[in-house]
Amino acid sequence: MTAYNGYVTEEEIEGAADGPLAGRTVAVKDNISTEGVRTTCGSAMLDDYVPPYDATVVERLKAAGATIPGKTNMDEFGMGTTTETSAYGPVENPVAEGRVPGGSSGGSAAVVAAGDADMALGTDTGGSIRCPAAFCGVVGIKPTYGLVSRYGLVAYANSLEQVGPIAPSVEEAAELLEVIAGPDERDATTQEAPEADESYADAADGDVDGLSIGVPTELLDGADESVVETFWAALDDLEARGASYHEVDLPSVEHAVEAYYVIAMSEASSNLARFDGVRYGKSGGYDGNWNESFANAREEGFGEEVKRRVLLGTYALSAGYHDKYYKKAQDARAWVKRDFDEALSDADVLASPTMPVPPMKRGESLDDPLTMYLADANTTPVNLANLPAISVPAGETDDGLPVGLQLVGPAFGEREIIRAGSALA
Amino acid sequence: MSDPAVDPEEVRHVADLARVDLGDDEIERFTDQFGEILAAFEALDDVPETEREADLSNVMRPDEVRESLSQEEALRNASDTEEGQFKGPKVS
Repeated sequence: MTAYNGYVTEEEIEGAADGPLAGRTVAVKDNISTEGVRTTCGSAMLDDYVPPYDATVVERLKAAGATIPGKTNMDEFGMGTTTETSAYGPVENPVAEGRVPGGSSGGSAAVVAAGDADMALGTDTGGSIRCPAAFCGVVGIKPTYGLVSRYGLVAYANSLEQVGPIAPSVEEAAELLEVIAGPDERDATTQEAPEADESYADAADGDVDGLSIGVPTELLDGADESVVETFWAALDDLEARGASYHEVDLPSVEHAVEAYYVIAMSEASSNLARFDGVRYGKSGGYDGNWNESFANAREEGFGEEVKRRVLLGTYALSAGYHDKYYKKAQDARAWVKRDFDEALSDADVLASPTMPVPPMKRGESLDDPLTMYLADANTTPVNLANLPAISVPAGETDDGLPVGLQLVGPAFGEREIIRAGSALA
Repeated sequence: MSDPAVDPEEVRHVADLARVDLGDDEIERFTDQFGEILAAFEALDDVPETEREADLSNVMRPDEVRESLSQEEALRNASDTEEGQFKGPKVS
């Protein structure tokens, strides 16, 4: 047991004797299937669910020689920004007392920040790798959509999510990315990345001489002053090493977080329909008709945030509202994509604070879901645009709270963001 | 801008569609929160119609029998089974 509740299950899984990750521990988020080791997704619904197969990323970790020390705590089904919605209790931030670790991969970032695992896998649907990396002062990468297999990842919003690495340094995160990346015939959305003559880890050379950085002003506007100060200090640091920056306009991102939530909730309402207490999960009983049984199983098994999102997603897709919410959100997604493509035609990477606020105090987000959703304003546009992004530690606020810098690259431009990020961490 | 206020009946209706039973206290909280969240989603009204340029292609494979989970493995996580099949509630 960690003092900050980082793991749901601590059970060691041995990897191969040799390989690029031999001798290293890689913790795995508890929504990624591990054969024979229970996988709860932070939900009471899956309290005793033991997958009969490994996710592709887990197979690759084992083949690379990694030891998996356990399954990390998370917001239930990935739904949260603070890792407080887990049925197994909240995770505390090991580097900022009294604060949340960020979410939803809060356990993965916390075990890395505390030094209890060398690295970890998280998943990022709207910022769930980058947010906890920023709040815990470590590095997290959300890969280009399609770079990493989602086979064996329990789906929340499958058009948006990717598995990615969390590590103390950019170079280590890049090493872990190398192991998990690549096409998988069991996930038809994976793609072969364009060929490159260096590994991801080799790209972590810290050389930013001549790098052109675009700064979307919209992502600084609503941000906390202490975060903005730390952000500019990090950019000055990059400028001193030969990078240059210019401001760019991304008008579409003003609507991104709303579009993200409509799409994510809609997909969740469909994906989570499988949890009916028949094939897995607790049975809702055999009395009455099946609708009553399913509704009963889902009342018992799901926490409040999951119910909220499943209901709102059902609402957004229901007759009479589909065009108003879901169709508009898809328009916004296309617009965001176009805006990013344009901005990246004139810059190598785009930079912003990862989160507009420092880590929240524990407990303050649970009663105010809308405020929690809006905290994802800077991370969600990247998922809508299918692009890669990294969060690297940028420094601390005057109160000693970690601040993350987000760098966004073009599709399959992981090496660009790794190179730029490695100048800072 | 239209009024997005939500009443408890709507929350009950959508919970019914989603097959999720709710307690009265949850219905009360969700009624207020949904009003607030849906009001924020109204911002999407300002989004212009945008063409989606999908640079995607279908992935096909031959339809051949391959190894898969055994029946025993597939049933292992079910709360109840009967004669090698999942046991569910009555379909009325």
